[in-house]
Amino acid sequence: MSIKTFRKGGIHPDADKLTADCMPERTPLADKLTIMLSQSIGAPSQPVVAAGAHVAAGELIAKAGGFVGSNIHSPCAGTVKKIEPARTPQGLWQNAIIIVPDAEQPEPQFAGRGDAEIQALTPADIIAIVAEAGIVGLGGATFPTHVKLSLPPGKKADTIILNGAECEPYLTCDDVLMRTRAREIIAGARLMKKATGAGRVIAGVEENKPEAIKAIREAAAGIPDVEVTVLKKKYPQGSEKQLIQACTGRVVPAGGLPVDAGAIVDNVATAYAVWEAVALGKPLYERIVTVTGPNLEGRGNYIVAVGTPLETIINDIGGLPDDTEKVVCGGPMMGKAASTLDSPSTKGLSGVLVLPESMAMRRKPDPCIRCARCVEVCPMGLEPYMLAQLGGHKRWADAATRGVANCLECGCCSYICPSSRPILDFIRLAKAESRKLKK
Amino acid sequence: MQKKLIVSMSPHIHTPRTVSGTMWNVVVALLPALAVALWTFGLPALTVTAVSIATCLLTEWAIDRLLFRRACTLSDGSAMVTALLLAFNLPSILPWWMVVIGGIVAIGIGKMSFGGLGCNIWNPALVGRVFLLISFPAAMTTWPEGVGSGMLPISGASADASSGATLLASLNSGQATAGSVDLMDLAVGQMNGSLGEVGSIAILLGLAYMLIMRIVSWHIPVAVLGSAALFSWALGGNPLLDLLAGGLMLGACFMATDYATSPMTRTGQIIYGVMIGVITIIIRRFGAYPEGVSFAILLMNSFTPLINRYCRPAIFGAAERRKTA
Repeated sequence: MSIKTFRKGGIHPDADKLTADCMPERTPLADKLTIMLSQSIGAPSQPVVAAGAHVAAGELIAKAGGFVGSNIHSPCAGTVKKIEPARTPQGLWQNAIIIVPDAEQPEPQFAGRGDAEIQALTPADIIAIVAEAGIVGLGGATFPTHVKLSLPPGKKADTIILNGAECEPYLTCDDVLMRTRAREIIAGARLMKKATGAGRVIAGVEENKPEAIKAIREAAAGIPDVEVTVLKKKYPQGSEKQLIQACTGRVVPAGGLPVDAGAIVDNVATAYAVWEAVALGKPLYERIVTVTGPNLEGRGNYIVAVGTPLETIINDIGGLPDDTEKVVCGGPMMGKAASTLDSPSTKGLSGVLVLPESMAMRRKPDPCIRCARCVEVCPMGLEPYMLAQLGGHKRWADAATRGVANCLECGCCSYICPSSRPILDFIRLAKAESRKLKK
Repeated sequence: MQKKLIVSMSPHIHTPRTVSGTMWNVVVALLPALAVALWTFGLPALTVTAVSIATCLLTEWAIDRLLFRRACTLSDGSAMVTALLLAFNLPSILPWWMVVIGGIVAIGIGKMSFGGLGCNIWNPALVGRVFLLISFPAAMTTWPEGVGSGMLPISGASADASSGATLLASLNSGQATAGSVDLMDLAVGQMNGSLGEVGSIAILLGLAYMLIMRIVSWHIPVAVLGSAALFSWALGGNPLLDLLAGGLMLGACFMATDYATSPMTRTGQIIYGVMIGVITIIIRRFGAYPEGVSFAILLMNSFTPLINRYCRPAIFGAAERRKTA
């Protein structure tokens, strides 16, 4: 079996999968859950409960604020205390529903579906269930899954790609999910296949997760429409366009969507959530979060209720090490640094990475020596050094003609730069500003 | 009171590679060739090297501190690389004050006048060399007689021409023929020329080190050497002789591969390398100078911005987009 990969660029950072053998454990419920009303890309959700209302676990507390938007459910039985702005880990204020959990938490009851019932579901039924359950892309992009499954008119997808690459260093939440829930993941992917009318599922897993590959292969054995592809360990293998190229050989046109190459990419955790919603009737209100760091003693993979403050998650496993200087929400390549730890977890939170002082600060930049490493590693075939320079000189239009809009913000250029130049920072600036030009 | 956290944009991890690490690795890669130069030319080679290092470092320090009024940039190692490469491009018996002028021109004009590391258009060491070659043509083409310090008596053409001419010059003037050359002597450094021209095997050893450490890629050296050999053969010459004699090996491995002055894409690097090889052979065969590597590299340095403009990487999916549009 050959190992597949994308063709252009990429880097090989140390994997540092410190928590690969930590099976998921449930963390205790926090005293107070802060559930952000923006859990996905798109319009913020509209609360359907008022302060003082009592809610059960899995009860709808906010509905999608538009077609691109998602429902939100309570992770526990409790009382809605108030609806007020709360701070995201990045320091932005957004409306949130504050829930105080009851002391007694009865086992949540959902109406599951039997095999025959699942077989009888039409594509529209599946999409409706997914929308109702508030499922969003759990790889970190948090795009509402029901929107992704509703193909634009005239577009056809023949392949569902199940993203188990988990190419970000440190993160292991998808790895352990694949090891423990492979059958459910494959079942969820096949439900998405049915929902979109695709003909096959390709599960792509990076080679550094042999246990997960084994589990997924076993779960897919004997199912003719499911293929398992082993991917090379290379970042950003799990990026949509790169993954489609690795798994199918097809190239998504510049500026296009995966569906333009006949593919839909979904994270393994999203597939699992789809299965839970369809088979168990359970909405998405908790997820596996990798809590890790070089010096974090209690590191592991934890099942965390949406809305749990980061501080609670960390304190439950023994607290921050003394040398902590930075906490990242997500992986080290694309995750966002948290400015405050009293902010809550969200559906998109794949990891909490606790970094010591030695890794917290950037090195002082040296002049660009034009070594061309950034050009070599850019998976999108851009010229990062040039885009960053144009960004620095506020030449937004020139950056646009050099394709800055194609940038994935994967961070390969900034990672590889021997001069430690803030390449991606300037590219982000140029990308944002050149987008404004078009309007 | 909650702990204050450091916030920055992603990525939050970084390659262990640094500019200074890269430059000092290039210095290490130059050591075998330096050893061969010392073996072949003896103490004078050491003097030239030491004067070059002292001048280059002092010039950069002075310009940093007195003119730019910024922190000293010597620790990045790039001045050291330029100093060694300049010394490698000089005859061992060049008067010391000429070496000083070469060093000041290389760093002062070749590098710092453009803003320092990474900003220069031309290879600084070659700017220094060519300045000296044009200013002091006689001194720059006077070589030690007999190369007496070597443990082996020098054989082949240059020994016959006891005036101490370089092999290429002898060939050019008809004093030697390709048949009277011992290629093995050329490979191990038993020939006359500038310090760094003589030890082809040592230079290749340095290149191998840089390839293993992933400091340079194979594209430029292979393009330069391959095209020079092919073009030399096409013109009826002896390709091996052209590769081993003169500064081609040094130029292909250490000068043409200079980051700042070579193109940014693989395609660009190959075009640049091939052109250096071709121009070198043209100058050697048809030009007034017996040696053309420095001019070829400087010429192609000038074309690098143009090459960068036309040899851009292909944007992912751009071809597919044109197809559908």
